[in-house]
Amino acid sequence: MLLAEIVSLLGCTELLDLEGAGNREITGCFAADLMSEVLAFCGHGPLLVTGLTNVQSLHTAEIVDVKAILYVNGKCPDVQVLALARARELPLLSTTMTMYEACGRLHRGGLPASTKV
Amino acid sequence: MKEPLYAESFKIRGGDFEHGGEVATRIKSICKELGIRPDLIRRLSIANFEAEMNVIMYADEADLCFQVSTEDVRVVVADRGQGISDIELAMTPGWSTATAEMRARGFGAGLGLPNIRNSVDEFRVDSRPGAGTTLTYVVRIA
Ligand SMILES: Nc1ncnc2c1ncn2[C@@H]1O[C@H](COP(=O)(O)OP(=O)(O)OP(=O)(O)O)[C@@H](O)[C@H]1O
Ligand SMILES: [Mg+2]
Repeated sequence: MLLAEIVSLLGCTELLDLEGAGNREITGCFAADLMSEVLAFCGHGPLLVTGLTNVQSLHTAEIVDVKAILYVNGKCPDVQVLALARARELPLLSTTMTMYEACGRLHRGGLPASTKV
Repeated sequence: MKEPLYAESFKIRGGDFEHGGEVATRIKSICKELGIRPDLIRRLSIANFEAEMNVIMYADEADLCFQVSTEDVRVVVADRGQGISDIELAMTPGWSTATAEMRARGFGAGLGLPNIRNSVDEFRVDSRPGAGTTLTYVVRIA
């Protein structure tokens, strides 16, 4: 699924306007608020759905090659985190939906779970 | 046989959440430049991130020594701090002494040490309560 399709499926906001971000292919999704769970259980290069907006969410994303982060419950990271994501060209999305609702829609829309091989 | 290719040492400061994760991501980019296989870099980076965050949450300071040879990547994280009195308990998945504040920051699943053990080829923990903890781990790259 393209990132642009995810944006329209959820009606969510893109926090950075990165050139060509909408054309990035997203093949799986992983959701968690605890970083060790992401590192333990997610596969390669997913969309990460989380309520955690601090800088560690970006570092964790970097380690497992996350393709984009979706922040739920209307959360938005601070300017430093936004700047780091821009430097790394990591697309950030934000939705007012809860994690359950966002994940439910993504799954129904055909985005499978990202699991560790 | 074990020709050293790269070695660097990094300081980690207890309580420094602002920079928490930077050492692990810095080492990841060094490994990429060295041409190490991506799946091995991922495993090593998971271990480094978990070890780095544990120093930030539970110790005063540490030196992380990173050494690459033609055969393996070797990391030693030696901290000064409270130490771990029961290592077996600390290694139990789900066991954590993280505070509410640490949990709000996305930590405290009690999976960090198990993640390190599961990600590397050799792993050892030495600790002296009241003095500090040393983690040593190796990822084979040859
Ligand atoms: N370097 C350390 N010094 C002192 N105590 C430590 C250290 N590392 C881990 N511990 C203790 O071991 C426990 C388990 O560590 P572990 O990394 O597995 O989980 P956690 O840090 O609590 O949660 P998570 O890593 O999933 O965010 C910690 O809660 C802490 O009590
Ligand atoms: Mg930990």
